[in-house]
Parts: sequence; C-alpha cells; structure tokens
Amino acid sequence: MISVDTLKNVARIGPREALYRRLVTPELDELFARIPKPVGSFGFDPWGYNEDSAKLALGVIKWLYDHYFRVTTHGLENIPAQGRLLVIANHSGQLPLDGVLIGAALATNPDGPRAARAMVERFFPTVPWLGNWLNSVGAVIGDPLNCAKMLEREEVIIVFPEGVRGSGKPYNKRYQLQRFGNGFVHLAMQHRTPIVPVGVVGCEETMPSMGSVTPLAKLLGIPYVPIAPPLPLPARVYLNFGEPMTFEGCPDSEDEVTGYVEQVKARIQELIERGLNERTSVY
Amino acid sequence: MPKTAAAPKKTVLVTGAAGSLARRVIARLHGKYNVVAVDFRRKVETDAGVPSYRVETYKRGFEDIFRAHRIDAVVHIGRMFAHESDRDRRYNANVLGTKKLLELCRKYGVQQVIIHSTYFVYGASAYNPALLDEDAPLKASEVTQDLVDSVELESLAQIYLWKYPELHITILRPCNVLGPGVQNTMSLLLSRPLVPVLVGFSPLMQFLHVDDMADALVLAFEKNQPGIYNVAPDDWVAYQVAVEQCGCRKLPVLGIPPALPKMVSSLLNWNAFFPPYLINYFKYPVILDGALFARTFGFRPRRNFNDIFSYYRKSKLMNA
Repeated sequence: MISVDTLKNVARIGPREALYRRLVTPELDELFARIPKPVGSFGFDPWGYNEDSAKLALGVIKWLYDHYFRVTTHGLENIPAQGRLLVIANHSGQLPLDGVLIGAALATNPDGPRAARAMVERFFPTVPWLGNWLNSVGAVIGDPLNCAKMLEREEVIIVFPEGVRGSGKPYNKRYQLQRFGNGFVHLAMQHRTPIVPVGVVGCEETMPSMGSVTPLAKLLGIPYVPIAPPLPLPARVYLNFGEPMTFEGCPDSEDEVTGYVEQVKARIQELIERGLNERTSVY
Repeated sequence: MPKTAAAPKKTVLVTGAAGSLARRVIARLHGKYNVVAVDFRRKVETDAGVPSYRVETYKRGFEDIFRAHRIDAVVHIGRMFAHESDRDRRYNANVLGTKKLLELCRKYGVQQVIIHSTYFVYGASAYNPALLDEDAPLKASEVTQDLVDSVELESLAQIYLWKYPELHITILRPCNVLGPGVQNTMSLLLSRPLVPVLVGFSPLMQFLHVDDMADALVLAFEKNQPGIYNVAPDDWVAYQVAVEQCGCRKLPVLGIPPALPKMVSSLLNWNAFFPPYLINYFKYPVILDGALFARTFGFRPRRNFNDIFSYYRKSKLMNA
C-alpha cells in the first residue's frame, strides 16, 4: 500500500526511524516471521492482507495493548499454532476494539503467533483509505464465501455472533449477551473447524453509551451513532480464551444448531464471569 | 485450400485473429492442426497454409467460411472493445455475432467451441467476496449498461453449453491479460506514462501474461473438458502497486462521490484506457479462484507478475 511505503520512507529519516523501530520491534519482526500465513509475490493475500501494513498496525496496537488497555490474557495455549479455527467472542464497546485486541493477542502469542481475520460491515469497502487499510491488516467483509474460503486455507477467523446488537448496546445492558447468530456453527460444522470461545471483559467500559441517535445513524447509513465519549477510555481489558469446542456431522435441524450456539454462548458467559471476578479495578 | 480426406488433422477456426492473443494461439496450433483465421478488423497476414479472412461474424458472409472449410473446432477470441465502436455495433458484433457463430457450429457439426470471456462479467461491487467461484452471480450489468454485451455473450454461450452438449463448449473467464501487443483496456492503461488512480482506493487485482493465456486456450482445446472456468493465478497485487511496478506515474482522481470519476473520465475522453463503465473495477476488487481450471487442465502460469510488469517498465524506458 502506498500509505505504508510513504510511512516507511518517512520513517527512514531522522528521529522517526527510532519511532518506527520502537513500534515494530525486533521481537515483533521475529513473531511475524513465525506466523504461518502464505502470501503472493507482492506480500498480499486474496483478501488484501499485506504483511507490511499488518506489521506496522500491530506495532501501534501492541503499544495500546500493553500500555493503554493493559490487557490480561488467559488460555492462549488453547489456540493451535496451525490450522483452521473460529474464535468466537462477545461484542461490546461501540468500536470493534475487542476484535483488535483479540487479534493482537493472537498475533503476539509466544506459543504460536497467528494472523487472525475479522469480519467487518459491508459498507467499509466504500470508504476511501479505511476500506483498503482494514483489508490490509486482515479484516474482510462478512460474507459466508469469504469465511468458507479462509477456513479452507487454514486461517483463523474472529467472529462476533452478536454483531451490532452486541457492540451497539447501551451501557446499562453491559455483559448481557444479546442474541447470537447461528452462522458460525454452520461454518464450523461444514468446514470441520474447532471453535475457541473468548470472554472479553473491559471493552464495555471503553465507551459507555447512553443510547443511539437513530435518525442520524439512518442518515449516515451506519448501524448506530452512540451517545458516548468521543475516544475510547483506558479501561483494563481481560481476555479469557476457553478450550476448543467441536461440533461434528451434519445438523438434522436448525434447532440442533441453535442448541450448539447456546452451548458456546453459555461457555462465553462463564468466561466473562471469570474475567469480571479477576478484575479489581475498571480503569 | 485443398481438402484431403486422408489428412487426420483437425481444422480450428480462430476469431479475433488480428489480436495479440489470437496470434499466439494460432502460432501454437499451426502445424499440429489446420488453422483458419478470421477477424472483423482486417485480413490478417498469416503464415503459409493459414487461410485468413476479414469478416464480421454477425453478417451472412461468415457462413461461407464454414462452407469452404470443414471446421472441427472454434476458438472464439474476437471481441469488439468499447473504445472500438459504439454500443449498438458492439452489441451486434459481440452478442449477435456469437449467436450466429454458435448456430453455424451446430449446423456444420463443429465438435468443440472455446469461448474467451472476461472476469468483468462478475461485476466490481463493494460486496464481492474474494476468490469468486464460477457459480458466483454475474453482476456486471448491475454496474453498467456497457457490460451488458459481455454478460449476454456469456449467458448465450451457457445456454448452448447445456442445451447442445455435442458442441463441447468451454467458457474461459480470464483475469486481466497483459503483455506485448495486448490492446485491452488494462494494457493500454499500463502502457501510459501517467495513469489515473482513485484516491484512497487500490483494489487487489490479478494479472496473466498473454503467453500464459494462449497456453490456457490451447490446453482447453486439446484437453476438451467442457464447462465454465476462471483463469487466474494464485497471486494478487494492489492496483496502485501494479501501477508503480509498471513505471507509471499516478494521476490521483477523487473516487467519491461515485459519479465524479465517471464524469472526469467521460469529459477527458479516457474511453480507451480508463472508461467510465470500468471505474468500479479500479475501486473494488474482483478476485477469481482459478483452482478449478488449474486442477482440471493441469495449468500453472509460467510467467509471474514481475515478468509482466517489467515488460511495461522496459517499454517505457525504450520510448523515453
């Protein structure tokens, strides 16, 4: 991507080199080299992921991860170093920070770093720069075909089955799981993919919202416009990764699938409770 | 040409013979098969033993070629580009011409037809998933009227494919084909020193060297596995990176509101290389999964992106 090349050129001169090196540390370089992620001759994958952009983004996010959100993770050993995987989590905090932080946790996992993919809303590709940039760091539009092809190529996908129902909910509904979509279990069964549930605690407090300005959201064509702080607050974040769950065979009915979805949802609820119990201070 | 009953050689009719792709296909088929070359633009100079005709496929005279030669197979490459003619004439040539061609194939017992389609038929939409399979919906006409002929040509070929299996129709949908002599939109664009790019949009693209595409067409003919296939490499690059790699300077054009770049393109008459109806293809990716073709025909491109881009880079240095 041009923007990254320009950034890198700028980074080459003067004190900014030092900044780039502080963000993309040799340890980060070393982790990246271990990520099992095939790319084409110019460092791209079919969805626009680009190694250079992803590395720089991870450098910035890692700083926020360590110093701003002070993330505590448990259970990263449940993430296999290779092979297809669905990472399923609760969604909160207006902005998809939970996805970003889970992605950073997976990419910097010392036991086996992975470049995780996240699904984003369909309007993002129409936004200049942002659309391309999201693709370049691994996000793609949430299309079942994208998921299927990614799993066939042994990728890790982060899915928030609550979608905007979860991320857009007001503060008074914090840590109450909203309705889960069934799509992820269908995917897991069709492509024989294990599911790792994650409980995210802390993202609810990054952007407590009083509600959404629905007419404005309609006008802008986006899911919601929260009445909330303009920037994410520095809440401490706890990520609890559970043991892999597998659902095999071909479902006999949608009710059966819903049953499996409820199992995952219950597991995530437990992991959230665990995070809430270990948290001593919100900020 | 004298017809000898003893000759076991098949006779292959190649359309679009004046184009660089067809010329390469003819060169590969010549000798092993009897080749007949036709083009609507001009009577092409060919090697000895390759009869050549200037004919418009949708006109009556076309049938004379089937009367004069016992055609066994047709490789239909000839297509009229948007910058070559107006919409009506293009529709006649591309859609009605193909219909006529397929009818003649039935009438004269042709046993194999290879149709050279394009990835444009999928349409460049913001909602496209990547690695499109052959059964993805063809949404090009949703984007623009100017691609209706490409989509209709395809549906026509598909109807014949299912209805008349004896024609053994193979439809190939290649990604961008580039290389020496190629006169399609993308090739004309990357041959220019200054190239429009949409600000903030750099969709992923796939490119295939024209020599590889010629190999693909010959493979499709020789292996005869009727069906619809994407032809694309397992490699991807962002448009603006490709532009740089081809030694072009970028001319930034605002990409939103969507009507703006279309207006700029039509006002400045960029029809040949950055036409208004293809603007979306410079905004959103159309990435093909070429696995089915690769698997069925044992195809693997022999030239990589660097081979392709270096041709454009070098030709610019030569002209400078």
